[in-house]
Order: sequence, then structure tokens, then C-alpha cells
Amino acid sequence: MSKVLRFLVKAAALLTVSIFIIMVGYIVVRGIPGLSWDMFAWKYTSENQSLVPAMITTLMLIVLVLLIAIPFGVLTGIYLTEYARQQSKVVIAIRLATETLAGIPSIVYGLFGMLFFVFRLQWSYSLIAGAFTAAIMVLPLIIRTTEEALLSVDPLLKQASLGLGATKLQTIIKVALPVAMPGILAGIMLSIGRIVGETAAFIFTLGTMSQLPTRLTQSGRTLALHMYMLSSEAFHVKEAFATALVLLIIVLIINRISTRLSKWVNKTK
Amino acid sequence: MLSKVTILKRPETREKWMKAVFLVAALSSILALFLIMYFVFSSGIPFIKEYGLKAFLFGQKWSPINSPQQYGILPMIVGSFALTIGASVVGAPIGIMSAVYLSFYAKGKVKNFFQSAVSLMASVPSIIYGFFALQLMVPLSKSLFGGTGMNIITASVLLGIMILPTVISISEASLNAVPNRYYQGSVALGTTKEISIFRTMIPAAKSGILSSVILGIGRAIGETMAVYLIAGNQARLPKALTDGVRTLTTNIVLEMGYAGVEHRQALIATAMVLFVFILIINLIFFVVKRKGSHE
Repeated sequence: MSKVLRFLVKAAALLTVSIFIIMVGYIVVRGIPGLSWDMFAWKYTSENQSLVPAMITTLMLIVLVLLIAIPFGVLTGIYLTEYARQQSKVVIAIRLATETLAGIPSIVYGLFGMLFFVFRLQWSYSLIAGAFTAAIMVLPLIIRTTEEALLSVDPLLKQASLGLGATKLQTIIKVALPVAMPGILAGIMLSIGRIVGETAAFIFTLGTMSQLPTRLTQSGRTLALHMYMLSSEAFHVKEAFATALVLLIIVLIINRISTRLSKWVNKTK
Repeated sequence: MLSKVTILKRPETREKWMKAVFLVAALSSILALFLIMYFVFSSGIPFIKEYGLKAFLFGQKWSPINSPQQYGILPMIVGSFALTIGASVVGAPIGIMSAVYLSFYAKGKVKNFFQSAVSLMASVPSIIYGFFALQLMVPLSKSLFGGTGMNIITASVLLGIMILPTVISISEASLNAVPNRYYQGSVALGTTKEISIFRTMIPAAKSGILSSVILGIGRAIGETMAVYLIAGNQARLPKALTDGVRTLTTNIVLEMGYAGVEHRQALIATAMVLFVFILIINLIFFVVKRKGSHE
């Protein structure tokens, strides 16, 4: 009995790791031959299937989303940890709202973004419609990580600051936030990862235009959307593999940075 | 007389103002949730009223283009359920066993590597999972089961893989939270390591493990792009595990691009049904989590 269980546990673990290695290995092996200089041309054409405009669009989108989501997310995190009475009705309502938001599938976000930002506000398929949709999507993540980071700040530090005559606001801005910064940054990195990998929420908000948008009201496509367009048609399998490789490398780097940051927080605690 | 500016510069006033700013920001997530529900439900409910709830939920035929138009979503509900159950059957045992490995067996570098792999798996975009499955798993499934290879089995296996990181990380955390003296007590009574883990530690962590699976189910039912690439997308009731299916999520992605007015409302109503399922899953999650923290 014990031996069987031990075998099953180890087999399951081996299977999990093998799946990961096979997937990454397969994309690397098939992706490298697909890479070509054409794919990194400045302008997209239907011949070169360049991913540069998609990469720049992804960056623009990340900046926009963070500009919207960070203020709301961090301020909410501060309110929940430093001001609100725990178990008060407002706090319970906010918790319930953020946890529900975190569970909503991205396609529902996409649909909502289309109905509200694209149709009702008439922003059309655009960077700004995609950015607002994604900002709501990453908001729960930023709130939660900010809360956790602020809660892990040593209360003695805050008491010392207050004892020296600093106001509550000064204590939060000058003492608590700087100490909590790595944790907040880890949450922001996770949000960036989510934006980079997202497709379903962007198809009907950002649209799928292949050219680089020059205005906030223009449509574009992120790298993941570019990958989606390539993989849903059968003519560009080689380019799709190469794009998958580039996308995979980017999300893995983002993941590593985020893990480093949160490990650093745990060490200094 | 104090000018407005000096009043604002007073510390007490500034403190009060900032507290208000924090509160307003905090209310934004409630506003966002309200807006999402309003837009989905206000288009979905009138459509269902007009078309009939029974005809919509239990209608077996979805043909929005041919007239007369028919908007029965039973095939999609069955599709979503089939894939979600399939994903749990594949993902839950492997995930829980892997969590046991991480929590009780893995040490040092192996543990570090394993944890990194799980965290990286969680960050791989679903479009990459879908593309990987399309290129590698679909041909394999085709040679095993015939047909196109795009069927319930292929999609269930992929979704099972995709929920692994969720199941593993939450199960591991709840196993680690069980006091170590339980384990020591069991071993001291003369049982083996395995019996102690499976008879003592896992039962003690069961609400956490259960909530990891529920969270995985929530992910699986909401997954769109990966399923879109490999599930076949036929809007009809599946008769076998080797049939293709369409889910609630893929129904929206497939047809929203060209939908007319009524058709679009039917798709929003589809999203509404999905939303209700998600709310139910969240509710179960909260109940299970709460029960666990009371014990």
C-alpha cells in the first residue's frame, strides 16, 4: 500500500514536470527554425508577418493599463489595510467585489468592454478601450498584492514614525509604502504578465488591426493576439511557432522577475 | 481670513481629504463589478424574456443564421460541463499528488525547480497552451480515436493540464498549513510516511484541497482561447467522448464578430449564463473556504 502510494505521488510529480518540459521544449525546437529577420521588420506586411508592431502595441497597452490600474489598486490596498475597520460593511462589500472580479472569465470582460467602452462610449475598437477593460481585469490582483505587502510591514516601524510626530498620511507615504514597494512591484509584474498573455478580453475591445496604432483611439494587436491570428489560420505555422517562442520567452522573464521580487520581500521580512 | 490654499495645506485637512480619496478609489471595484453585471444582464435578460428561458437553456438547436433562428444553448452548457468535469478528472488527481510530492518529498534544488516550473506553468498564456495542443495533442488524438482529433478527450486533457498550477499551489499551501505535530503523532504511532500523509494530513487539509479544485473548475469553465483551437466547436449535443463540442465561452468568440442585433443579444445571454455559473462556483468556493477556517 505504502509503496503504491509513494509510486503514485512520484509519478504524478514527474508527469507534471514532464508536461512543462515537453511543452517548452516543443515550442523552442519548432520555434527557432521559424525565426527570421523578416519577422522583426519595422513594418508589418502580409508577407513578413512581422511581430514588431504587435510588440510595441503590447508595450503601449501595458503602460496605459498600469496608468489606470495602479492608482486605483494601490489606493484601495492602502484604504483596506490602513484606514478601514476590518469587518465593516464597506470592507466586506469591497472584498466581495474584488474576489468576484478576480473570478470573472476574460471573455466576459471582453464582452463587457465591447458593450460599454466600444459601443456605449463609442470609443470603437481601440487601445483605450482595451486598456480600460484590462485595467479592471488586473485591479483585483494589484489590490491583493498591495494589501499583502502593506500587511507585512513591521508595525513597529509605523509606530515609531507616528511616535516621532508624523501624521498617519506621512507614515503611509514615507514609511509603509517604501518598505512595501517590492511586494507591490511583484504584483505589478504579475499584472503585466496577465496583460501580455491575454487574448479573449482584447479581441472585441482592442480589435486585431495588424498595423501600429498611432493614436489612443486606433485599433492594434498585442503579441498574444498576433499569435492568435497566426494560429487560427493554417498558412503561417512556421511564423506562429516563432511568435509563440518570443511570447513564451517574454512571459517567462516577467514571471522570474516577479518571483525574485516576492522572494526578496520574504527574505527581508 | 485663511485662503483656500492654506486650509488645504493644513495637515488635518489634508489627512481628511486623502482618506476620502482612498475610500473613493476603494469603491471603484464595486462600481466596476456593478457596471459589468449591468451591461451583461441588461442585454441578456430582455432576450431571454422574449425567447423563453426554457427554450434558451434547454433548446438543443443553435442556428442563428438560418431562418427561423433558433437559440438553444443546451449543447454549449453540456459542452462546458463535459470539459470541466473532464479537466477535473485529469487535473485534480495529478495536481493533488504533485502537491503531496512538493509538500512531503521534494527537497532542496529539486523542490526549487519544481516550484519554479509550477509558477511558470501558471504564467504561460492560454493561446500558447492551445497552439501547443493543436500542433501536438490533436494529431495524437486523431491517430488514437480517429475523426479530426478535436474532441472532448483532447480538450479535457489540455484543460486538466492548464488547471494543474492552480490545484498544486493551493493544495500545497493548505498541506503546509497543517500542524506538523499531526504528522509526527501519526508516525509515532508506528504508521508509515505514506499512511500518515494519506490518512492524517490530507484529511486535515481537505477543505483547502477541495477549494483548489473548485478554483480550477472556475478556471476551466471560463477558459476560451485554448478550447477554441482544439475542441472542434460543433454546436450540437455530443454523443461520445470522441465528439467535438462547443462551450459557452467559445460560442461567444466564434460568432460575436459577425452577429446581428438579435444574435448578439443571444450571445450576451450566453455570457450571462456563464456568469451565473461562475457566481455559483465562487459561492461554493467561499462556503468551503469558510468551513475550513472555522474547523
